[in-house]
Amino acid sequence: MIAQLSRTERQWAAVLAILLALLGLTMAIAARQGPMAVHGFMALALGVGLFIAVGSVLEKPQPATSRLAQYYDDPTKVGIALAMAWGLFAMGIGLWVAALMVWPDATFGHAWMSYGRIRPVHTTGVIFAFGGNALIATSFHVMQRTSRTRLADQLSPWFVLVGYNLFLVWSVTGYMMGVTQSKEYAEPEWYADIWLVVVWVAYLVLYLRTLARRAEPHIYVANWYYLAFIVVVAVLHIVNGFALPVSFAGAKSYTVFSGVQDAMVQWWYGHNAVAFFMTSGFLGMLYYYLPVRSQRPIYSYRLSILSFWGITFFYLWVGSHHLHYTALPHWVQTLGMTFSIMLLVPSWASAGNAIATLNGAWGRVRDDATLRFMFVAAVFYGLSTFEGSFMAIRPVNALSHYTDWTVGHVHSGALGWLAMVTFGAFYSTVPLIWGRKAMYSAQLIEWHFWLALAGLLTYVFSLWNAGITQGLMWRTYNAAGTLNYSFIESIDAMRPYYIARFLGGVLFLAGICVGAVNIWLTVRGVRGQAPDRPLALQGAE
Amino acid sequence: MSLFKAHYNLEKKSIWLVIGIIAAASVGGLVEIAPLFTIDQTVETTPDMRVYTPLELAGRNIYIREGCYACHSQMIRTLRDEVERYGPYSLAAESQYDHPMLWGSKRTGPDIARLGGKYSDEWHAAHLNNPRDVVPSSIMPAYSWLAETGLDVSDLGAHLAALRALGVPYTDAMIENASTDALAQATPDSDAASGVAERYGETTNMRRFSSRKTVTELDALISYLQILGQMTQTAYTAEPKEVE
Ligand code: HEC
Ligand code: HEM
Repeated sequence: MIAQLSRTERQWAAVLAILLALLGLTMAIAARQGPMAVHGFMALALGVGLFIAVGSVLEKPQPATSRLAQYYDDPTKVGIALAMAWGLFAMGIGLWVAALMVWPDATFGHAWMSYGRIRPVHTTGVIFAFGGNALIATSFHVMQRTSRTRLADQLSPWFVLVGYNLFLVWSVTGYMMGVTQSKEYAEPEWYADIWLVVVWVAYLVLYLRTLARRAEPHIYVANWYYLAFIVVVAVLHIVNGFALPVSFAGAKSYTVFSGVQDAMVQWWYGHNAVAFFMTSGFLGMLYYYLPVRSQRPIYSYRLSILSFWGITFFYLWVGSHHLHYTALPHWVQTLGMTFSIMLLVPSWASAGNAIATLNGAWGRVRDDATLRFMFVAAVFYGLSTFEGSFMAIRPVNALSHYTDWTVGHVHSGALGWLAMVTFGAFYSTVPLIWGRKAMYSAQLIEWHFWLALAGLLTYVFSLWNAGITQGLMWRTYNAAGTLNYSFIESIDAMRPYYIARFLGGVLFLAGICVGAVNIWLTVRGVRGQAPDRPLALQGAE
Repeated sequence: MSLFKAHYNLEKKSIWLVIGIIAAASVGGLVEIAPLFTIDQTVETTPDMRVYTPLELAGRNIYIREGCYACHSQMIRTLRDEVERYGPYSLAAESQYDHPMLWGSKRTGPDIARLGGKYSDEWHAAHLNNPRDVVPSSIMPAYSWLAETGLDVSDLGAHLAALRALGVPYTDAMIENASTDALAQATPDSDAASGVAERYGETTNMRRFSSRKTVTELDALISYLQILGQMTQTAYTAEPKEVE
C-alpha cells in the first residue's frame, strides 16, 4: 500500500512520521508520568513505526502513473476494516456495560473496568470510532464517485485516518486511566481535542480540494451532507472544547464555561453531535448508497434541498430540550421545544425522500438484504426523529428525562439508523473496491440482517418499557398523598428489562460478527474477481 | 422557482456551500447561548456562596474521573415529585463555580444534588467500598480501591489557580496553601487545621472522613459528597416558584 505513494509523498510521509514521533516524545518528557506520558509514548511508537514502514520503501521505484486514472480506494479499505474492528470492540464493551447493570460485581475491583470508566469507552467507541471511521471511509468513496475524480492526493487521506484513530485510541485508553472532561460525547482531554482539530482541518481541506477537481458541474447532495458534517462538527468541537489545562505537562483541564452556561454549551454540542455526526454524515451515506443500490434516482431533488437546509438551520436550536425544567431559563427551554417539533418536518422529508426513492424497487428490497438494511435504516431514522420530537415536548420530557427511555431512543437511532445504514453501505462498497463480483455470501448478509433487526427490537422495546415504568414509579403517589415508591424499588423493577436489553445486545453483536466474517472472506477473495472500474466509465450517480 | 434556481448555482461552488452551512448553523447557538452570559437574572445572586476547598475539589475530580455522573444527576427539576423526593429544586447559582457542571442526564441511581449531610461519613465509606453491603439490591459498582489510594495533593495549587483564571474567587492565600489545606481538612487535630477554617470559614467540614490513618481518595470523595447542596443556602431560604 505504501508503495502506491509517489516518491514525494513518501518523503512527506516520513517527515510527518518524524514530527509525530517528536510530538509524542515531547508529551512524554513534559508529563514524565501519568496518562499523558503513556499517550506520548503511544504517539512516539506510532511515529517510529510509520517511519520504519515508509523508510523501507522510500527508494522503491515510483508507482505506475496509470494509477492516476483510477479511484484511490486504499484508504477506504483500511477505513472499513477499522470501522468493523472498532465496531466489534465497542459493541463488545457495550454488552459488558449492559451486563454490569445486571451483575454489578463484574468489575472485580479493578478501577479501569468499572462502569463509569467503560461507559464512555462504549459511547465513544460506537459513535466516533465505528461511526466515524465508517463516515470517513465512505466519504472518500462517495466524494470520488460523485465528482468523477480521484482524491486530491494520496497522503492526506492517510493523515486523516491515522490521526483520527490516534485520537480515538487516546480517548478510550484515557477513560480507562481516568482521563475525562466528563462532558458527554466530548470526554477527551485538551491535547486530544487539539489534535482532533488538526486532523479535522486536514479532512476538510482534502474534501474541498477533491471537490475542486470534480468533473461534474454540480456537487451531489451526498456531499452537502458530508460537508455539513465536517464543518459543523468542527465548530461544535472547538467551542465546546474551550478549556484551561492545569498544566501543559498533565492531562487535567477545567472547562472554560461553568454551571448553566456550561450545560447549555454542552447540550448545544451534544445534540448537534447527534445532528451532524450521527445524522448529517449518515444521510450523506444514505443519499449515495441507497439510489446506487436500488438503481433508482433520488425521489425528489427539491425535497433534498429543503430538508438539507432545514436540518442545518433547525438543529442548532434544539439542544435545550435536554434541559427541560432545569435551572436553564424558561425561554431557552421553550425555544428548544418549539424548534424540536419543527425539526420533524425536514427530518421526515429526508426519511420520506429516501423511502419514496425505493418506490418501484420493492422487489429488490425484498430480495436484497443489503438494500433492506438501508430501507430499515430510513424507517428507523423516521421513527427516532418522531420519537425525539415527541420527547422534546416539556411534559413528555418530564417523564422521559433521566430514565432509560432516553437510552432506548438513542439506540433506536444508533442501532436502527446509523448501524443499519452503515452495514448497507459496507456491503455495497466492499465487493466493489476489492474487485469482487459480490459479497462472499448473500446468505450471511440475511443472517446479519435478521440478527440485527431482532437485537434492535429487543433492545428498544425493553428500554422503552423500562423507562416508562421508571418514570411512572418516580411520580406515583399513594392515597395518603406521598410518593409510593422508594428509589431502590424502581431499580429492582428494572432487572427483567436490563436482562432483556443484554440479550438484545447479544443478538446485535452476533450480527456484526457474522458481518465481519463475511467481509473478511470477501476480501480474501474466496469468490471470483471482477475487473476494477476505471475512472471515466463511472457515471456520476 | 427562483430559489431553487439560486440553489442550482450554489451547488456549483463548494466554498459558498461551506459559508452557507456555517451561516445557517450559527444562528441557533448565537440566539440561545450568548444571552446566557449577558442577562443578569440567568444566575441568581447568592451572597453566601462558598468555593470548594482543595480537598472537596480533589473529591470532585475523583467523581469525574470515576464517571459517577453517568448514573447520578445533580439537577433537581421544578417538578413536584422531584422536590418531594430530593429537596428544593436546583438553582443555577448552585453550580456557578462548577467547571464543568455535573447535572447529568441519566438517573440509574438517585439524584444527589442535596446529598450533603444526608448520611454519615461511615455510611458513605461502607457504601463506596461495596454498595451491596448497605443496600442489598444496589447495582452501583464497588469503589474499593479509593480507600487504598493515597490522595495526591501536590498540584492542587495549580488547580485552584486555573479555576481562578476562569472566574472562581480563590485568594492568593488559598492557592498558596492548597496542598496543606487539603490534608489539614481531613486531619483536624493538626497544626495546619486552623488555616483551613480561617480561609474557608468556620462551617467547613473539618474531620476525618474515613477511618484511614493517611488521607486517601476516599476522604476526598466523601468530603465532596458531604457538601453537595450546601454551597449556598439560597435554595432552602428563597421563596420557591411554582412547581409543576
Ligand atoms: C452504574 C451506575 C452507578 C454509578 C457509576 C455510580 N452509582 Fe451511586 N448509585 C447507583 C445506584 C443504583 C444507587 C442506589 C442504590 C444504592 O444506594 O446503592 C446509588 C446510590 C448512591 C448514593 C446514595 C444516594 C442516596 O441518596 O441514597 C451515593 C452517595 C452514591 N451512589 C454515590 C456514588 C459515587 C460517589 C459514585 C462514583 C464514585 C457513584 N455513586 C457511581 C448507581 C451508580
Ligand atoms: C428530530 C430529531 C430528534 C430529536 C428532536 C431528538 C430529541 C431528543 C431528546 C428530547 C432527547 C432526550 C434528552 C433528555 O431528556 O435528556 C434525545 C437524546 C438523544 N438522542 Fe435524540 N432526537 C432526535 C433524533 C435522534 C437520532 C436520529 C439519534 C441517532 C443516534 C439520536 C440520538 C440521541 C442521543 C445520543 C441522545 C443523548 C442521550 C443522553 O446522553 O442524554 N436522536 N434526543
